[in-house]
Amino acid sequence: MSEVLYYARRYPLGVIGALILIVFVLTAVFAGVVAPLDPLTTNPRASLAPPSSTYLMGADMMGRDVLSRMIHGARISLAVALGATCIGSGLGAMLGLASGYLGGWFDLIVQRVAEIMQSLPLLVMALVITASLGPSLTNTIIAIAIPLVPNVARVIRANVLSLRELNYVEAARAVGMSQARIALVHVFPNTLAPLIVLATAQLGSTILTEASLSFLGLGVPEPYPSWGRMLSESAAEYMRSAPWLVIFPGLAISLVVFGTNLFGDALRDILDPRQGD
Amino acid sequence: MAPVLEVSGLTTVFHTRGGIVRAVQDVSFSVEAGETLAIVGESGCGKTMTALSLMRLIPSPPGQITAGMVKVAGTDLLALDEASMRRMRGSQIAMIFQEPMTALNPLLTVGRQIAEMVSLHENVSRRAANARAVEMLHHVRIPAPERRAREYPHQMSGGMRQRAMIAMALACKPKVLIADEPTTALDVTIQAQVLDLIGDLRKELGTAVVLITHDLGVVAETADRMIVMYAGRKVEEGRTKDLFADPCHPYLQGLLASVPRFGGGEGERLREIPGIVPPLNDLPKGCAFAPRCQSAIGRCRDEVPPLEPKRPGHAAACWVT
Amino acid sequence: MLDYILRRIGLMVLTLFGVSVAIFLLLRIVPGNIADILFDSAGLVDPAEKQQIITDLGLDQPLVTQYVHWIAGLAHGDLGYSYVSEKPVLDEVLPRIPITAKLAGLALLFAVCTGVPFGVISAVRQNSWLDYVLRVISLAALSMPSFWLGLLVLMGFVNWFGILPIYDKAPATWGAAILMFGVPAATVGFRSSALIMRLTRSSMLEVLRQDYVRTARSKGLSEPAVTFIHALRNAVLPVITTIGIETAFLFGGLIVTETVFNIPGVARFLVEAIRWRDYPMVQNLVMFIAIVVVLVNLIVDLAYMFVDPRIRLRA
Repeated sequence: MSEVLYYARRYPLGVIGALILIVFVLTAVFAGVVAPLDPLTTNPRASLAPPSSTYLMGADMMGRDVLSRMIHGARISLAVALGATCIGSGLGAMLGLASGYLGGWFDLIVQRVAEIMQSLPLLVMALVITASLGPSLTNTIIAIAIPLVPNVARVIRANVLSLRELNYVEAARAVGMSQARIALVHVFPNTLAPLIVLATAQLGSTILTEASLSFLGLGVPEPYPSWGRMLSESAAEYMRSAPWLVIFPGLAISLVVFGTNLFGDALRDILDPRQGD
Repeated sequence: MAPVLEVSGLTTVFHTRGGIVRAVQDVSFSVEAGETLAIVGESGCGKTMTALSLMRLIPSPPGQITAGMVKVAGTDLLALDEASMRRMRGSQIAMIFQEPMTALNPLLTVGRQIAEMVSLHENVSRRAANARAVEMLHHVRIPAPERRAREYPHQMSGGMRQRAMIAMALACKPKVLIADEPTTALDVTIQAQVLDLIGDLRKELGTAVVLITHDLGVVAETADRMIVMYAGRKVEEGRTKDLFADPCHPYLQGLLASVPRFGGGEGERLREIPGIVPPLNDLPKGCAFAPRCQSAIGRCRDEVPPLEPKRPGHAAACWVT
Repeated sequence: MLDYILRRIGLMVLTLFGVSVAIFLLLRIVPGNIADILFDSAGLVDPAEKQQIITDLGLDQPLVTQYVHWIAGLAHGDLGYSYVSEKPVLDEVLPRIPITAKLAGLALLFAVCTGVPFGVISAVRQNSWLDYVLRVISLAALSMPSFWLGLLVLMGFVNWFGILPIYDKAPATWGAAILMFGVPAATVGFRSSALIMRLTRSSMLEVLRQDYVRTARSKGLSEPAVTFIHALRNAVLPVITTIGIETAFLFGGLIVTETVFNIPGVARFLVEAIRWRDYPMVQNLVMFIAIVVVLVNLIVDLAYMFVDPRIRLRA
């Protein structure tokens, strides 16, 4: 606990990031309780209503409360961020660990495949995967997770390679410990710090990718309210007449991603000083 | 003859989270033209910080020179503004570093790095500066200097890089050359060559050399006089011959006893000094060496001993001897 | 050296082969046949027409044959026909390439011209208030979705200048071209700029700790000379190596930015092709993007060799 306080004092920006994340997670989890109105109820008379005491952040074209939709939209962002990051980092870590530890042809194949995947921009790959799998929440998560795999695999592999050379791993080998046991007991725990750092850094980019996919109309489908789609619905048409439709959802995305970035930077400095400056 | 370099009362501190670290405390010495003075001590004793203080290259913050005087040919460097100080660096007082690999810029040719020094301090054409670079490389006995001048540091061997470093440092014929562990990173055979080179150039150019080293063998071979530093303070000073023959301070006695001697008897054991250098932000009240000293008496723990003459031309800071 | 270049090109071909196989398979594991989707979305009912679609696309042939057919066409510059416009894919794509290229070039230029200097300032003035401000701005830039920034920029233009700088027709004057390309380029380049700034900063901090910087100071060089002649050269090397990654990163931004600013470039066209389920088009566009990214990486690698003597003059 005192350790947490020590770091909190040293990294005030990290604390701000953590607070933003906590608020975000709580909002997502208790969306049903927090949201003032139902996110799906339409009200023709409130169409494009400006912010007021009823509609704190205004209403959209169909008269749905923007704030409530944003609060429920947090769920999608959280689900996608957690889902994609866990799948992507988990898969990447397993591949990287195996590739770095086994070496040989397996390593060669993983390396080449990673290179192939990295020659496609993240969003392009996510787009193609969604196009191929079809739109759904699960498919969006998969489409965002897969492009994360090669980067994680490469970082973890590099880490494993440097760990393999360390004395204590050699010592473990010398006393006849089995390969699998060495990998699990000595190597894997030491890759956790960079893995956590990497995963945190990716949280933000998964949220941004989901928002982009939804903005392009190829992300999470109706009826889930997603921040990205809220912006595409409103985009150019209502910019002049209802700027709140553009400002608030974008602000929500930016703030949450900013929070993960602040938190991620501080975490990197604490857990893995070599990666930072 | 008046000394070229006169240092008195030099004090350098670092402001750190753990408090004020006194890296150099009240250090004084002087060097004459053509003379070599060695500054000796274990790592962390303040040798390198002394050298960087002379050049005013202490990273600031956190470092700060708080007192003293560094006179080069009569000019007090510590009183100069930054622009005037820059004009002194390289032209009056130059420095060579421990790692010739990392001390040269990997992206610039060796010739260009030497020529840069020349054109910075002398009003000469680019062509003349380049010619001087080649001439200096020749001077430090690098074969095929025209070709080598066009090469990058990574294309040279360690010894050759250190020669190039020396060529650069001496390109503007500075009055003082500070050599910070110039041979530590080199092979033993190359070490001797580089030391000889520094010695020869010193005589030829009349440069005053401040040689910083932890290697007493190097000191014995090259230095006219030496000072011994411990925990940021000067603890002993005198002619090299005298100090080696009759060390006064228990610290130097310990250092000398820990050096293997050629022709030492079969049964002779090397003795190390027990303990370690105390942290500079938490020095003992009295003599900093007292906790490691076998002859320490009560007074040693309470009062810092002043540096006083023990023999003619030989001073030490010790209550006991 | 020639050896290295040849090996690099060989690897590049191998990678592109892998990409082509990956895209090809990815677009054929679609739940439901492409023909079905096209058939339904075209609102057709006649089974004969469906058979026609299948034959036209060569979907009745084995996968290997289809693949070989595609690649052989690709090698001859014959990319097949768009299923939506029924025009040759090449005719649809070619006129869009210069538009995206201009946009990407300008964006990269903007990113480098702002990112590197701000990164240097931030590093040289480490831990000053200026450093903090620049770091927070760069982090904020990386947190904003590009399309939202684009929307905000559009809103700003509408509110303050009363004009909407979206692409309606090819710009006729220089001023129009600057407005039409410059604004979206800056918008999409903002994120890359932040990325480059952060990279330059950390690389510069690393370099400023190096011995040769101290050597440069010991020669009597002024701080600006130390920073620009000795430190910056070394600090930009790692930044150069990331330009390939930067390009890929930029493409993601271009997709949404071209959409927001209504620019008829390649990136927006990919989204349209996906929406229209124009799979021959998607397949070729993605391949094109991969080729560009891989080529940029190759060029950057080769350029790096010439910049860094340690690699250029390796025995």
